[in-house]
Amino acid sequence: MNETLFVQLLDLACGGLLLTAVLVLWRRELVVIIHVFAVQGAALAALVGVLAVHEDSIELGAVAAGVLVLRAGVLPYLLRRALASAGEARRETRPLVNVAASLLTAAVLTLLAYAVSRPLVELAPSGLMSPATQAIPIGLTVVLIGFFVLVTRRRALSQLVGFLLMDNGITAVGFLTTSGVGLIVELGVSLDVLLAVLVLQILTARMRETFGDTDLDELRELRD
Amino acid sequence: MSALGIVGGVVQPVLIVAGSPLLVGVMRQVRARLEGRAGPGVGQPWRDLRKLFGKERISPRGTSEVFRVAPLVLVATTLVVAVVTPFVTTDSAVDPVADLFAVVALLALGAVTLALAGLDTGTAFGGMGSSREMTILALVEPTLLVSIFALSVRVGSTNLGAIVSATLHDPVRVISPVSLLAAVALIIVIVAETGRLPVDNPSTHLELTMVHEAMVLEYAGPDLALVELASAMRMSVFLGLLANLFLPWGIASTATPIALLVGVLALIIKVGLLGVLLAAGEVFLAKLRLFRVPELLAGSFLLSLLAVAASFFLA
Repeated sequence: MNETLFVQLLDLACGGLLLTAVLVLWRRELVVIIHVFAVQGAALAALVGVLAVHEDSIELGAVAAGVLVLRAGVLPYLLRRALASAGEARRETRPLVNVAASLLTAAVLTLLAYAVSRPLVELAPSGLMSPATQAIPIGLTVVLIGFFVLVTRRRALSQLVGFLLMDNGITAVGFLTTSGVGLIVELGVSLDVLLAVLVLQILTARMRETFGDTDLDELRELRD
Repeated sequence: MSALGIVGGVVQPVLIVAGSPLLVGVMRQVRARLEGRAGPGVGQPWRDLRKLFGKERISPRGTSEVFRVAPLVLVATTLVVAVVTPFVTTDSAVDPVADLFAVVALLALGAVTLALAGLDTGTAFGGMGSSREMTILALVEPTLLVSIFALSVRVGSTNLGAIVSATLHDPVRVISPVSLLAAVALIIVIVAETGRLPVDNPSTHLELTMVHEAMVLEYAGPDLALVELASAMRMSVFLGLLANLFLPWGIASTATPIALLVGVLALIIKVGLLGVLLAAGEVFLAKLRLFRVPELLAGSFLLSLLAVAASFFLA
């Protein structure tokens, strides 16, 4: 693959990551959020795939396939199943920060990510500013937006999506900095995430059985 | 100032003034056909304008000069933008004014003047329309600036002609994330700025929802004709800007008659196609609640900011 095409494809995948993160923040319907999350998983897999082709690494290609299956297939499927059992609560009705303000906050977070990751980008071997290293701020932005979703949403399911968004961002930063951290480490991390989602799914179901709702703020109030 | 620039400066305003009511006519006709109506025909906006220009001037009691001057300022600013912006030719007649900041400032000046005129009448509708227009404008103008600025970063110049010719020479740039993000932001902003669905419904006179119509409610006769002509011209200008910033092919870069003819035809086709797409898209959309509009515009602002950020990250 020639250099210009590599840069174009890498940039396009990074743009996809960023755009989907913003869309998760923007939309209210949980079904749409899960769809967007699946698209983000595909963008992440594309990012890894582009790196794999560029480095001619079969191991990285296998990781890309794994990422695609897990993040664009299994996790969205689990989320959708959790949503189907949720009954009526299908919209993020009242986020703690309203949507317009949270979109503007995301703009600030982008600039913050850019400022914070400046030293990281400069750490790259001098004279060898690879396009992958330059895209680190985007991964960091996805992490920050994911964290923001995690703290400002009320529904357990959208908080879960926030957590997964963070994880996508961390994975993206990992691949962009090191071009793959080894198959075993990646496998461990992926299993960890899968397990976390399964546990949280069970927790959500239990919460609904006990309290009839997954609005976490209402759990703080005392009841008889 | 080159020969190409001068020819562009003459051809562009003539084309925009003559063509923009036709564009409005085409868009109305497309919408009417898609909704199962016969439609008034493509020439109807021009017939309306001719009728309005033939009437006597009336201005409401108690209005000041602001009310009378506003339509002229609106037409004049739009005309200047039509002269300088690279629509048919890459060179501009007045090159220093073909700057991104100058062009956006001129467009904003027209909108602000019209909002002042809405306030000047002192009626409830005028004030309501103006306040809504200002709410929208406050989010639209920064987005407009930032999204075009994202394109200017990699060119290293805020001159619109330079941006257009740079894209013309390097077509791969069109599919970069910077361009895509900026294009989406610009499309949303243009829809809001020209008062189309889902931000404003151009075809109703329902008091509770109208924005643009509420502002110009007190205008009649030739003044109304000027306002209508100016808003049609603004739409052509915005669509032309969108077309040439992202798909500049066909624009004339030499002063030969053939190149100019191709440039004119390309502009007509591109703007016409965008207009038809916009009108067809409107059929499937409902108007957003007014309180949800800032959400849409904040989203487009974020996209434009991301475009600028990406043009620095991924450069």
